[in-house]
Amino acid sequence: MMSEIGAIEPLLEIEGLCVNIASRRGNVAAVRNVSLSVAPGEILGVVGESGSGKSVTALAVIGILPAAACVAQGRVRFAGRALDLTGRHGGDRDGLAIIFQNPRAALNPIRPVGRQLVDALRVHSSLSMGQATARAVELLKQVRIREPVRRFWSYPFELSGGMCQRVMIAIALACEPRLLIADEPTTGLDVTTQKAIIDLIVALAARRGMATVLITHDLALAGERCSRLAVMQGGQVVEIGATAEVLSRPREPYTRSLIAATPRADQGARPPESRTLGGLVPKPLLLVEGLCRDYRLRNAGGTAARAWARLSHPGEARRIDIVRAVDKVTFRLSAGESVGLVGESGSGKSTLAALIVRLIDPSAGSILFRGKDIGAIRARDAARAPHRREIQMVFQDPSASLNPRHTAFAAIAEPIRRLGPLAGNRQLDIVVRELAEMVELAPALLTRLPHQLSGGEKARVGIARAIALRPSLLVLDEPTASLDVRVQAVILDLLAKLRSEFELTYLFVSHDLAVVRRICDRVLVMRAGCIVESGMTEQLLSAPTHPYTKELVAAIPHAVVSREHCHTAPTG
Amino acid sequence: MARLIARRFVGALAVVASVIVVTFFLTRALPADPAVYFAGIGGTKEAIAAMRVKLGLDRGLLTQFFVYVRALAEGDLGHSLTTGHPVLDDLARRLPASMELTITALALAAIVGLPAGIAAAIRPNSWLDHLIRLVATFGVAIPTFFMGLMLLHVFYFVLGWAPPPLGRLGSFAVPPPHVTGFYLIDSLLSGDLSTFFAAIAQLALPALTLALFAVAPLARATRAAMIEVLGSDFVRTARAIPLSRAKTLFIYALGNAMLPVLTTIGMVFSFLLGANVLVEKVFGWPGVGSYAIDALIAADYAPVQGFVLLIAILYILLNLFIDIAVIIADPRAAGV
Amino acid sequence: MEFARHLPYMQPRAGSGSLILIVALGLVGVVAPWIAPQDPLATNVAVALKPPSSIHWFGTDAVGRDVFSRVLIATRLDLSIAATAVALAFIVGAAAGTISGYFGGWIDAAIGRLTDTIMAFPLFVLAMGIVAAAGNTVANIVYATAIINIPTYIRVARAEVLVRRDAPFIQAARLVGNGPPRVLAFHLFPNVLPPLVVQASLNMSYAILNAAGLSFIGLGVRPPTPEWGIMVADGAAFIISGEWWVWLFPGLVLTGAVLAFNIAGDGLRDFFDPQKR
Repeated sequence: MMSEIGAIEPLLEIEGLCVNIASRRGNVAAVRNVSLSVAPGEILGVVGESGSGKSVTALAVIGILPAAACVAQGRVRFAGRALDLTGRHGGDRDGLAIIFQNPRAALNPIRPVGRQLVDALRVHSSLSMGQATARAVELLKQVRIREPVRRFWSYPFELSGGMCQRVMIAIALACEPRLLIADEPTTGLDVTTQKAIIDLIVALAARRGMATVLITHDLALAGERCSRLAVMQGGQVVEIGATAEVLSRPREPYTRSLIAATPRADQGARPPESRTLGGLVPKPLLLVEGLCRDYRLRNAGGTAARAWARLSHPGEARRIDIVRAVDKVTFRLSAGESVGLVGESGSGKSTLAALIVRLIDPSAGSILFRGKDIGAIRARDAARAPHRREIQMVFQDPSASLNPRHTAFAAIAEPIRRLGPLAGNRQLDIVVRELAEMVELAPALLTRLPHQLSGGEKARVGIARAIALRPSLLVLDEPTASLDVRVQAVILDLLAKLRSEFELTYLFVSHDLAVVRRICDRVLVMRAGCIVESGMTEQLLSAPTHPYTKELVAAIPHAVVSREHCHTAPTG
Repeated sequence: MARLIARRFVGALAVVASVIVVTFFLTRALPADPAVYFAGIGGTKEAIAAMRVKLGLDRGLLTQFFVYVRALAEGDLGHSLTTGHPVLDDLARRLPASMELTITALALAAIVGLPAGIAAAIRPNSWLDHLIRLVATFGVAIPTFFMGLMLLHVFYFVLGWAPPPLGRLGSFAVPPPHVTGFYLIDSLLSGDLSTFFAAIAQLALPALTLALFAVAPLARATRAAMIEVLGSDFVRTARAIPLSRAKTLFIYALGNAMLPVLTTIGMVFSFLLGANVLVEKVFGWPGVGSYAIDALIAADYAPVQGFVLLIAILYILLNLFIDIAVIIADPRAAGV
Repeated sequence: MEFARHLPYMQPRAGSGSLILIVALGLVGVVAPWIAPQDPLATNVAVALKPPSSIHWFGTDAVGRDVFSRVLIATRLDLSIAATAVALAFIVGAAAGTISGYFGGWIDAAIGRLTDTIMAFPLFVLAMGIVAAAGNTVANIVYATAIINIPTYIRVARAEVLVRRDAPFIQAARLVGNGPPRVLAFHLFPNVLPPLVVQASLNMSYAILNAAGLSFIGLGVRPPTPEWGIMVADGAAFIISGEWWVWLFPGLVLTGAVLAFNIAGDGLRDFFDPQKR
C-alpha cells in the first residue's frame, strides 16, 4: 500500500481547485478549494452525494467543463506537468482517460462502436486504418466482449448497458492511460453487471499499472475496492485517508452520517419483528396464483426485437413476438408482513407490482385479496372498486408521480376527496395536516408545487398520499432509488415507523438487496418473470440456494465498516 | 432496411390514394356544373352533355370516383377554359419554371441557413448568434409577397440593379433549346452565356424572396438541433478522448443534428410550394402557381384542381425521399 | 456590439411588449370605425396616388381612398378571420388529438389517417383548392384556414397526451380513485393545455399570413372591402411606377401583427414552463 507522505511522486495532484458554475441564480461554487493526489497505480475512491462537486472536479481535470462552468483558481499537475485548465476541448491530456455514467448515451448513436474506437486510437497513435481496426478488435477482446469482430459493427442501441460501458473502457484504454477517472461507471447498471464492470476495471488497472479514481455515491462500493477514500460534500473534500481508517475511525460528522446511512447487506439496522400469531399460519392478505402477463411486441422480427430476445433469454428459442413479463408467479402475503421483491431490470418486478395494484390486467392467473378475486375487475373499472382504498402504491420517481400543477396539499388531499368519507373542508385540512406530520413534512411546505420541493420532501408527499386512506397493503416500487443515500436512510426509517404504527403490509420492490434487508422480513427473488427463490431475508442473504440469488448476493459490495457508528440525524 | 423502404413506398402510395379522394371531392364540390369546366372552350351543349356522361355525373358517386381515377390514369385532367389546352399539357409546360425557382430558392436557403445555424450554435449568445436569431424571427414574420415587393422596390425601382419583373427572360432574350426546361441548365448546355446571365438576372429576385422565407426556419432548426447535440453526452466523450475539433463538430455533432434538420427541410419545402404561388404572382413568373391563380380568378376550375393534385404529389414524393434518407442515415430507424 | 449584450435581457420585455401590441391591435380593431380620420370607402379621384402627407398619413391609393383609414379598418377583418379560424381549429383539433392519444386503437388510426391526408398537401395550396371548390367568400377563407390548421393541434395534443398517458402521476391519479373521464379532464388535460395555448398563439400569426396570402391572390375578400392582403395586392400594380406607400404600409402593419403573435407565443412558452415559476 502506498503511503501518502512517502517519497513517491504523485501521478495526479490537484491543488486548491475552485470551479464556479453560472446559473439562473447567479454564480454557484461547485468545487471549493479541493486538493487531492493520486499515486501511480493506486485506486482512489471519491464518494459524495449529488451536488458534492465530484463530477465537476473530474471534468475540470480532463478539461471538458461545460460552457457555463469555469475554473476560478487552482492548479492540477499530471505526471509532473501542469495542465491547462482553461480549455473546453480536452487537449494535451496524454495519459489521462475518463469513462462516464450512462454509457449508451456517451457513445455516438449513429456510428458503429468499432469505428468510434478506431477514431480514438488514431488520435493517440500513428496507426493506419487497418492497424487501428485490428487493434480495436483486440481491445474489445480485452474488455471481455464476446464476438468482438461482429460487435465492431454494432451500434450502441444494439448493445446492453454493460456492453456499452465495456466499449467505453476500451475507448479509454485506447488513450493509453496512466490514470483512469471512472465517474459513476456502474450507476444505472444491473447489480451483477456492476460487479463485472468493476472487476474488469480493477483487473485492467492491475495489469497495466494504471491508477484509477473511482467516483461514486456508493460508499460500500468505494470501500470494497479502493485503497484510499476521499469524502466530498458541498464542493469540498471533507475527509481523506486510507479506506480502512476512514471507515472504521471517521473523524467528520458528515462521514459518520454517510456511513450510518449506507445500507449494509451483512450488518446494520434490521426491521422490527413482524407480529405473527405465534405458530399459527395467518390467512393470507394477498394470494397470487399462476399470475402471468404477456406483451405483444409491435415490431416483432425487427432488429430490436431480435436483439431483445437474445439479450434477455440467451440460448433459448422463444416466440419473439410475445414477451412474457410475468411468468406463472405464485406467492402469498400475510397481514403485517414486509416482503421484498428483488430483481434486476427486465425481471418483471415492476410489472408484477402494477398487476397487484391493479393498474394493468393479468393475462392469466388470479389475484386474491382477502379472499376476493380482484383480478377479475378490469383495471379501468378499478377506480371505484371496493378494494381501491385498501391497496395503494408509493412510486419510484417522486418528481414524476406528483402532478406538476398540484400543490402538495392537493396531492395528499385527493384520495380523501375521491374515496374517503368527506366531512367538509375544515376536516379535510385537519386530516391533511395530520398526515403531513406523520411523514415529518413541515406544514409550510404544503402550499408548494413539486418543483419547489426537494427529493426527500416529494417522497414524503407521495407516502402521505399513499397512506391517506389507511390502506391494508402498500406496494412500494423502488421508493428511494432516486434519493441521496442519507435521505434514503431517513425515508426508510420513516417507512418502518409507519408500518408498525398503522399495521401496514408492505410489498417492497427493489433492485438493491442491501436496502431490502433494512426493511423486509422476507424476500422474493425474481428473474425473467419468475420467482426463483423466496425466504427469510437474513437466511437468504447468508445462505442463498438458487445460483442466481448467489450471483446477486455476491455482487453486493462488502466494505469493512466500523462496528460502532454514531447515528446522527441528517437532514432530508 | 430494404423492407422498411418498401414499407415507406407503400405508405406513400396510400397517401396518394387519400389525396386523390380529396381532390375528387374538391372537383365535385364546385359551385357549378363540373362538366362545363372539363369540356373546355367552345363547349357546345352536345359537348357538355357528352362530358356529363363521360364524367358519370348521371350515375352514383362511387362510379364517378372510378371514372375520375381512370381519367387520371390516362392523364386526363380536363381542359382549361382560358387557354383551351388540356390541363396536363399546360402544367407540364409550366412546371419547369416553378421547379427551377423553388429548387434554386431551397438551395440558396440551405447554403446560407445551415452554416448560419451551425455558427450560431457553436457560439451561443454571441453577437452572431443574436443577429442570426433576430433575422430568423423577422424572416418568419414578413409575408412572402410583401418581401418580394420590398425587394423589387429597392433593387429595381430605387437601385435599378434588377430587371423588371416580366418573367423568366425579360423581353429580348430567346429561350434556349429545351433539354430539361431549366433555363439555367439548358443555356449552359447549349453554350449560350448571354441567355444564361439573362436568366440568372430574372431569377435572382424571385429566388431571393423565396429563399429568405425558407432561411429562417432552416437556420432556427439547425441551431436548435446543433445546440442540443453539442450538449449531449457523446460529444462530451468526443471532447474527452480528445477527437479533433473538426471531427467532433462535423462527423459526431453535425451527423446527428442533420436528422431533425432533414425533417425540417421537408416542412420548409411544403411552405415553399405554397409561397411559390405568391412569388409567381408578384414577379409574373410563368409557373404552375400563376397558372392556377389566373384560372381561379377566371372561374376556370379544372386547372386549379389539376394544380392542387400535382403539387400534392410532388410534396409526397419529396417527403418519401426525405424518409428514405433518414432511414439510410439513422441506423436506429430500422429498429424502432 | 453594446446593444447585443442587452438582447438576452430584452427577451422577457419583448414578450410583454408583444402582448401590449396585440392588445393594442385588438383595441384598434374594435374602435377603428370611430377613430379612422377618413371614410375608408370614400373615393376621390382628384387626390389619387398622393404620397404620405399631413392629411393622409399613409397616402392615398389609386382611387383616392385614405390608406391609413383603410389599414385601421382592415385590422378588424384580418384579426377576426384569423381568430375565428384558430378558435375553430383549436377546439376541433385539441379534442380530436386528446381522444386520439388517450384511447388509441381504431379512433387513433382513423384520426391519424385524416391528419396525414390534410398534411399531405402544402397547406396554402390546399386552402386555395378548398376556396376554389367551395366558393369565393370570406366565410370559406375562414373554414379553409381552420381546416389546414387542425392537423397541427391534433398532432400537438396527441403527442402531449401520449407522453403523459402512462406517466407515474397519471397512474397515481387512477390509484386515488379517478375514473378515466376524471383523469382525462382534471389531470391530463390541464397539463396538455399550455402547449396547445402556445401553439394557438403561434398559429394566429400563421393564420393571419395565410388569410392575407389568399386575399392577395384575389380570393375571399372583394374590393372595396379593406383588408391588408388585398391592399398589398392593389399596391403591387404600382411597383414599377414607384408609388410605394400603397403597398408598404398595409404590409408593415401585417408584418407587425405577425411578429407580435410570434413573440407572444415564444413568451407564453416560457411562461408556462412550470420550472420557471
